[in-house]
Amino acid sequence: MTDDLQARRERLARQFIESLPHARDLGMQLQVLNAGSAEISMAYDPRLIGDPETGVIHGGAVSALMDTCGGAAVMSHPAAVQGTATLDLRIDYMRPATPGQTIVARAECYHVTRSVAFVRATATDDDTSRPVATATAAFTVENPPVKSGAPK
Amino acid sequence: MKPRPEPVQVIKQRRDAALQRLVTSVPYIQFLGIQFDRRGDELTAVLPFADKLIGNPMLPAIHGGVTAAFLEVTAIIELAWATLWEDMENGQGADFQLGDAPIRLPKTIDFSVDYLRSGLPRDAYARARINRSGRRYASVHVEAWQDNRSRLFAQATGHFLMPSRDG
Repeated sequence: MTDDLQARRERLARQFIESLPHARDLGMQLQVLNAGSAEISMAYDPRLIGDPETGVIHGGAVSALMDTCGGAAVMSHPAAVQGTATLDLRIDYMRPATPGQTIVARAECYHVTRSVAFVRATATDDDTSRPVATATAAFTVENPPVKSGAPK
Repeated sequence: MKPRPEPVQVIKQRRDAALQRLVTSVPYIQFLGIQFDRRGDELTAVLPFADKLIGNPMLPAIHGGVTAAFLEVTAIIELAWATLWEDMENGQGADFQLGDAPIRLPKTIDFSVDYLRSGLPRDAYARARINRSGRRYASVHVEAWQDNRSRLFAQATGHFLMPSRDG
């Protein structure tokens, strides 16, 4: 595969992620997109508060961020996934995100088969040494790639 | 002589007010537009469809993150509601005061979502079942469906840290 092709793939993945209405609504910004990995940020927003006493963002918003970031990592993988949907997503919450700080998710698609893509992800706030949450997920692989040279 | 039972409207009003206060206290529940339907102590969460909930505009399908959030909200409200219900029913009865005391919600330890079908552009419903609720930890299972109760589009299990009940 040429670098050109990979650049095109990453551009398509970027367009795909940025067109998701819910990702836009949550103010998600795609920061980094590489082959099989992605980084997406979500600025602090009072509308997303889950605990009115502390002002901490709701876990559900962090789930949406992790899910989107995982999907981005799958779409940018060199295996040329045409589309994807979440099969399962497990999130572990280590600590509350500090109110007022941007949450950044980093996801890595570490293995792809003909039908499934495996992802792990971490979310941090300004203190990147202590993760806010980690996630593992499995995604579907739509339109599996045809191996070059394989009979049509 | 046994005191006369409270009029049904009074009981209903107290329960609805308690639920309302719980639900409206969380901005994120308002952001997603989730409502709760109450029948006795049973709650059904309702997520009316909106364009902003779409993940994949091509299908279109509800964003997987919205589904996860919907299930997590349902689980947390069910847990908080169960505590509130107990307070209302046990001992305090008619003397129960909602007051302005801060609402202390359970905290999610982990949450695992199983996506069974893609979420269609329609209203979604969810119910949570508390499988175990101790002094510190609780385990909750949630099921979500759209048109057909027996065809779930997602389910989830989560563990929660319960707020301490004193102070």
